[in-house]
Amino acid sequence: MEYRKIDGEILGKLKELISDSKRLLTNRQDLASYSYDASFGIYYPEIVIQPNTTQEVSSVVKLANQYHIPVYPRGQATSLSGGPLPVEGGIVLDLSKMDKTLDIIPEDLVAIVTPGVLTENIHKEAEKVGLMYPPDPSSSAVSTIGGNLAENSGGPRGLKYGVTKDYVLGLEVVTPKGEIIQTGGRTVKNVTGYDLTKLIIGSEGTLGIITKAILQLIPKPVTTGTAMAVFDEIIASGEAISKVLTSGICPSKMEIMDQACIQAVEDYQPSGLPVNADAIVLIEVDGHPSAVKAELAQIKEICKQVGAIDVQVARSKSDEAVLWKARKLVSPAITRIKPTKISEDATVPRSKIPEMFKRLKIIREKYDLDLVVFGHAGDGNLHPNIVADKRDKEEMKRVEQAVAEIFEAAIDLGGTLSGEHGIGTMKAPFMSMEFKGVELEMMKLIKDSWDPKNIMNPGKIFPYPGQRFVLEG
Amino acid sequence: MRKLIDLLPYEETIQCVQCGYCLPACPTYLTMGTETHSPRGRINLVKMAAEGHLSISDLENPIELCLGCRACETACPSGVQYGKILEGAKEAIYKNKSENISNIKKTAQDALFMKLFPNSQKWTTIADLLWLYQTSGLQKVAHKGNLTKVLPENLSVFEGVMPNVTSPLARRKRPTLFPAVNSEKPIYKVAFFTGCIMDALFEKINRLSMELLSRAGCEVHVIQEQTCCGALHAHAGRKDDSVTLAKKNIEVFESIEVDFIVNNAGGCGALLIEYDHLLAEQGDEWTNRAKAFVKKTKDISQILFDCKVSLNQPVNATVTYQRSCHMTNVQKVTEEPVALLKQIPGIVYKEMENPHMCCGSAGIYNVVNYKESMEVLDEKMIMAKKTDATIVVTTNPGCLLQMKLGVQREGLNEKVRVVHLVELLAAAAGLGE
Repeated sequence: MEYRKIDGEILGKLKELISDSKRLLTNRQDLASYSYDASFGIYYPEIVIQPNTTQEVSSVVKLANQYHIPVYPRGQATSLSGGPLPVEGGIVLDLSKMDKTLDIIPEDLVAIVTPGVLTENIHKEAEKVGLMYPPDPSSSAVSTIGGNLAENSGGPRGLKYGVTKDYVLGLEVVTPKGEIIQTGGRTVKNVTGYDLTKLIIGSEGTLGIITKAILQLIPKPVTTGTAMAVFDEIIASGEAISKVLTSGICPSKMEIMDQACIQAVEDYQPSGLPVNADAIVLIEVDGHPSAVKAELAQIKEICKQVGAIDVQVARSKSDEAVLWKARKLVSPAITRIKPTKISEDATVPRSKIPEMFKRLKIIREKYDLDLVVFGHAGDGNLHPNIVADKRDKEEMKRVEQAVAEIFEAAIDLGGTLSGEHGIGTMKAPFMSMEFKGVELEMMKLIKDSWDPKNIMNPGKIFPYPGQRFVLEG
Repeated sequence: MRKLIDLLPYEETIQCVQCGYCLPACPTYLTMGTETHSPRGRINLVKMAAEGHLSISDLENPIELCLGCRACETACPSGVQYGKILEGAKEAIYKNKSENISNIKKTAQDALFMKLFPNSQKWTTIADLLWLYQTSGLQKVAHKGNLTKVLPENLSVFEGVMPNVTSPLARRKRPTLFPAVNSEKPIYKVAFFTGCIMDALFEKINRLSMELLSRAGCEVHVIQEQTCCGALHAHAGRKDDSVTLAKKNIEVFESIEVDFIVNNAGGCGALLIEYDHLLAEQGDEWTNRAKAFVKKTKDISQILFDCKVSLNQPVNATVTYQRSCHMTNVQKVTEEPVALLKQIPGIVYKEMENPHMCCGSAGIYNVVNYKESMEVLDEKMIMAKKTDATIVVTTNPGCLLQMKLGVQREGLNEKVRVVHLVELLAAAAGLGE
C-alpha cells in the first residue's frame, strides 16, 4: 500500500496543529536520531513530532488518517523487537515529553500516569506511600510506561506478580481515526463490555496510542531476602526450580545464569561467583521478615536435596545487593566479548527449562556462536543472548539461523516466540511458526476493523508477504 | 593526510548497543529534549558519519552542544568510551572547519589557545590587570556607568562573579617550596599542578591548597616551568595542541622525584590522568612516560584524606556539594571530598537530588553556548535550592564560577556562598583567609 509523503502541504497543516515549531523535527540529524531503537534496522521517519497533550496526538492522528500517512508512537526506544521503528517513514510521535502526570492515589491503590513517565519513577512514587507497582523490566530506569503498556513488558517479578497487563485498570487511547476513547476504569472488578484495555495492552501500538493509564498498585512487601544456589549440572537447577515452586513458596524472583554468563561476569568484574559451576540460580523471596527467613531456610534445604553443591543465603542487605549486582553485570559483561548483542526472550513452560537448556547447548555448538543463557527461570522466560560482530557478515548469517532454531525449539516445547520483548519487526517473520491455523487472520481482522487504512504502526506483528529474518544495521 | 572521516572513532561507536541507559544521565537530553542531543543520539550520528551517511558538518550542532560531562560513560552498561568518541568527533569537526574558516579568525583562535592558555606570564598580566580593575575603583565606575552591560550577556554576567584576585606583589612572593608542617619526615613529597586559569583567577585557592597539603604533612614543590593541562584544547578538537602541552608537562614534572602530582581542578585532573590515552599514538617512549605521570596524578582531596589532615575548627552551616563531572566520571574520585566535608565539625551535609548532574559550566561551554548552559544551570539550581544549603562546595574553577552565577541568577547572593572545597577545608584547618 502506498502512503502519502509529507510534502509542503502536509507540513503546513502539521504546523497549524503544533504551534511550537521546536516540537516538529525535520532536519537530517534529527531524523537520523529517530531512525533506530535497541534492536536492528535503520528507518528514517519523514518528521518527528513531540506532542504535549492528548488533543495534539488526536489532531495529528486525524490528519494522518485523512491523508493516509503512517504514524509511529515512540517512548524512549529501548525496544528489543523494533516496536517504534518507522519502517514506512511517515510520522514518529515521540511521546516521551508527555511525562508530566504521575498521581498516586493511595486510598484507591491506583496511579494515574501519562505515557512519557519513566517506569522507575512510578516505582519510586508508589514506594513513598508504602505501595508497589510490580512490573519491573530491567530497562525501567529509562523505559517509559507508554512503551511498557504497548509491549506488555515483564521483568523478574513476573514470576510472583505477573506482568504489565495485570496492573492496568483503565486507559485513555487515541484510536487510528483520531478519536479519544476511555477503556476500563478505576476499579479492580469491571466486566462491562469487551475488555478493550487488555486488547490494547501488548498490541504494540498497532491499534491506537495510549495517552493516559490508570495503574493498579499493591501493598509493598515489608522486606526481601535472597539465596544463591550453585549447581554443577544445569538439569538439577531445573528440578530445584520446580521443587521450590511446588513447596508452598512463591519466590518474587528466580533468575538463572549459565556457565558462560558466570565466566563472563567474573572476567569482567570479579564478583566471587563460582566459575566452576554449570549454573547458578538466584532466588528472592519477599514478605514479612519471619516468613522470609523461614522460606529461605526451606529453599536452602530443597536445593540441597536435588543436588545443589552450595547454597548461600545473603546475611545482609549489602550481601543481597552484591548477588543481584552480579546478575545485572551479565549484560555488560557479555558485550565485552563482542559488540553486537542479539537478545531473545523465547519462553517455555517451566518444566521444560532443563530441556530448553539442552537444545540451546546444541544450537550453540552447531553454529559455533557465543551464546549465553540467563533469565527469569521461575516463569520459563529465558534470555538466550548471542554476542557477535555485525560487521562479520558470515557470522551474522549463522546468528540468523541460530535464532530461527531457538524459536523452533521453544515452540516445539510448547512455548512461545516472545515472553516480554514483543514481535515488532524482529519476530514477525516467525509468526507462522507459532500460529498454524487462522489465528493470525483473526488478529488481522481486529487490526483491519480498528485501523482500516493501516496507518497505525504499520509493519509490525504481521509479516509482509515473503518477509525473511535479516539482522542488519 | 588522513581523511577527516578516518578521525571519527568508528570502532568505539560500534560498542554501543543502543539500549538507551544513558538517556536519563544526560543533562542536555533533559533540557533540550531530543534524541539528537542525547549520548545515544550523538554516538549514532558519529557512527553514521563514519559510515558516510552523514557529513562531518551534520555533526557540528549536536557535538558542540554536548557538555562533555561524561555522565553517560558512568551510566553505560556496555563500557562505551564516549569521551573518545566525543574528542574524535571534535577533532574531525575542528579540522573540517579549519579548512573553511577565514585566516583572520583562525589566527585569533590559534593565539587564544596556543599563546594565552599555555603562557603563565600572560595569565599573570591578565590577573594583574583584573586586580587593578577591582581595586582601583574602576570596577565601581564601570558598574555605575553600566559599562559592563555593554558587553554581550554571555560575557558580562561572568564579570559579576569574578573572584577578587591576588595582588601582583603577593603573587610574585609565593614560595616554590612548602615544607611539611609538624612532621619530621614528610608523609609524601608532592608537586603541585597549578593550572592556568586556576592560578590566574583563583591563586588564593592554589595558595591555600599548598598550605593545606603542607599542614597535612606533605612537602610541596611548585615547578615554575609547568604549563596548561591542555583540556580546553582537547575539548575544542585541538588534539595536536593538547599533545604538545602534555609532553611539556610530563617533561617538567620529571625534573623532580615526587610521590604524587597533585591538582585541585576536576577538569584539569581528568585530562592529566588521561595523558596516556592522549599520547597513545606518540610512540612507546611517550606512552610510558605518560603512564608514569598518570600513576602519580591525584586530586588534592585524595591526598588530604589519605594524610588525615586535621579539621577541627567548626563551620556551622548546611553544605551541599556540586560535583565536578570530570572528577566523578573520569577521575572517579567521588568519596573523598564528601568524607572530608563530613569530618568538619558543625557541618550539616545535604546531598542534592541528582547530585551527579552537570552544572552546565563545562570548560568554556557556558560562554560559547550561553543559552543552553543556563538551561542546565537552572535545573541544577532547582535541586541546589531544595537542600537549603548556605554553602555550595565545588571542586573545579569552572563549576565554582558557574554555581556563583546560579546563585546570582536566583537572587541568593546574600544567603548562599559558593566555595572551592579547599577554601572550606582551609577554614576548618584554621588557615586564615
